[in-house]
Amino acid sequence: MDYAIQTIISALSLGSFYALGALGIGLLFSVLRLINFAHGDFITVGAYALIVPSSAVTATLLIGDFHPALLVLCIVGIVVMLAILSYFVVFQHAQKSSPATMMIISFALGYTLQNIIVMIYGGRPKAAGIWSDLTGQVQISSGVSVQLLQLVTIAVTWILLIALVLFLKRTRVGIQMRAAAEDFRMARMLGVNGKNVIALAFILSGGLAGIMSLLFVTQTGVLKFSMGVPIMLFFFIATVIGGMGSLVGSVVGGYSVGIVSVILSAILPEELRGFRDTCVFILVIIVLLARPQGLVLTKAAKERV
Amino acid sequence: MIEANTPLLRMVRYFWPMVVLCIGLLIIVAAVDSTGDIILAQTLTEGLVRMVMVVALYMFIGNSGIISFGHIAFVLIGAYATAWQTCCPYTRDMFMPGLPTYLLNNSHHVVLAVFLAGLLAAFVALIAGFAIMRLSGIAASIGTFAFFMALYAAYGRWSTWTSGGSTVSPMEETTTPWSALAYAVVTIVAAFFYARSRWGLALRATRDDEIASKAAGVNVFGQRLLSFVITAFFCGMAGGLYAHFVAAITVDSFYLKMVFITLSMLVVGGMQSLTGAVVGVVALSVVIDVLRRLEAGIGSFSLPTSSAEVGVGLIMLLILLFRPSGITGNAEIYWPFKGDISSSGAMKRQS
Repeated sequence: MDYAIQTIISALSLGSFYALGALGIGLLFSVLRLINFAHGDFITVGAYALIVPSSAVTATLLIGDFHPALLVLCIVGIVVMLAILSYFVVFQHAQKSSPATMMIISFALGYTLQNIIVMIYGGRPKAAGIWSDLTGQVQISSGVSVQLLQLVTIAVTWILLIALVLFLKRTRVGIQMRAAAEDFRMARMLGVNGKNVIALAFILSGGLAGIMSLLFVTQTGVLKFSMGVPIMLFFFIATVIGGMGSLVGSVVGGYSVGIVSVILSAILPEELRGFRDTCVFILVIIVLLARPQGLVLTKAAKERV
Repeated sequence: MIEANTPLLRMVRYFWPMVVLCIGLLIIVAAVDSTGDIILAQTLTEGLVRMVMVVALYMFIGNSGIISFGHIAFVLIGAYATAWQTCCPYTRDMFMPGLPTYLLNNSHHVVLAVFLAGLLAAFVALIAGFAIMRLSGIAASIGTFAFFMALYAAYGRWSTWTSGGSTVSPMEETTTPWSALAYAVVTIVAAFFYARSRWGLALRATRDDEIASKAAGVNVFGQRLLSFVITAFFCGMAGGLYAHFVAAITVDSFYLKMVFITLSMLVVGGMQSLTGAVVGVVALSVVIDVLRRLEAGIGSFSLPTSSAEVGVGLIMLLILLFRPSGITGNAEIYWPFKGDISSSGAMKRQS
């Protein structure tokens, strides 16, 4: 029973992390039909921002040593700026390309960002521990102890989700964004400024990436130029499984992938456990074939995929 | 003035782009061979092996319009399938103890091994394509990507057959500029004839308008599957060549970086033309080589590490944003002499 509770909490925490990432991708896909492969690299940049401007072998923290509130603000600000910049410099010029071409463009952007990091910081992993208290265990009842960070991840995710829902439902721009996600051309004809909506989507997506980079570095304590790639792949899977273009779908997809991964690790026999990722990717192909609009339906999904 | 209507000349004219490309490559290889520069020869060999991959990618992407992120999976399959047949005959059971007895005890000649590796890749493509090729547009691209990731993850863990992520070596370095040239020429010729065959034409029809082509009786799924299988065969062979070029393979050598480099080469050249595929490989190989040399430093001047990667990324971005049809603008090499156009429909822009 204790083991079950611990497994459930780690599944929820992993699922929350994936849900946040999938949301960052889903936001952009819903308004721009862009699958942003550079999202993982936005997270990497946010993590490396902790040690700016030191590029020595043993990194010293500058922003990383700030007061936590200022730290969050700085990192989120930097990643949001990067996201906005990537829209105005790169994606703005590609709005008319096909989704597959935009996918390659984001791939190229991510590759360039990664290698710029290598250029400045070198390819070796660096240690950068922040908030190490969070990685400790807490006792939640007799015999059940979980990592504090897992609880924090779940809490942060739900706070952000509620904030995002309120933003999308209650504010003027939020409603415009939902309209654009439903039918971009129609929304523009009704007076929604398409450029602003897309820029806003990049801001939100960048903000999520900034917060995730903090969660991720706290968890691992290591910086590596390619750290964004493996997690990005899971966000991507989550977006596809949940239903591209649907924000609810992204969250559902994130939780499904997190929970399925943890369950598979727990129940697969020893010799098959290594093939967990293969199973997850094959699942993606099955979902594409059986339910190409994803688990959660949107009205516009039929033409979108 | 050249008279355009003699049968011989018509034939030359029909094959013109293919002939020019092959002769161009031949001249490059001969020139490098005559300098005797070993480093240059290695760059050239790598470029020619990539040429096989990129031309195969063109055969699929250019004709079907589906951007595939999955063809490097076939390169991976081909590389390991070749290693099973040729690698390290005395220590094979240490690296890959799970192989069937026949493979543990017998080695094939490299040419046969590479051919069989291509066939295995084609067979896997038949099975995977049976599912993935039913998809269209972005979903198909995602499907190929998921297929690639699934296969990559599986090969990384399949330790009894692939030595699970650690290096398999040594293999004889039999891939020379000349042998790689032979494979590149075969692939170019195949791509040329495929694009002009009824299958190639049908597939391009599905690219330009899927619904209209269906209405005209084209089996969209069948044509895509056929193309997927044929191009997987060439990618599989390229994998075998690559294994015998670097002499030591790990699963990680066939990861996103290789996907990115090969796709960049195709995009930079022009996705919908054979000339584009070849020109893209040559252009980016030259750029990468020059930047690498500058990274190593000339005199006191040197660029920071990974300038080559950043350079490729930026070139790729610029081309995609400002000239999405690539250097060649998706056109083939034109017949340079005046004459009757009507007999050379194949020479016109395909896009």
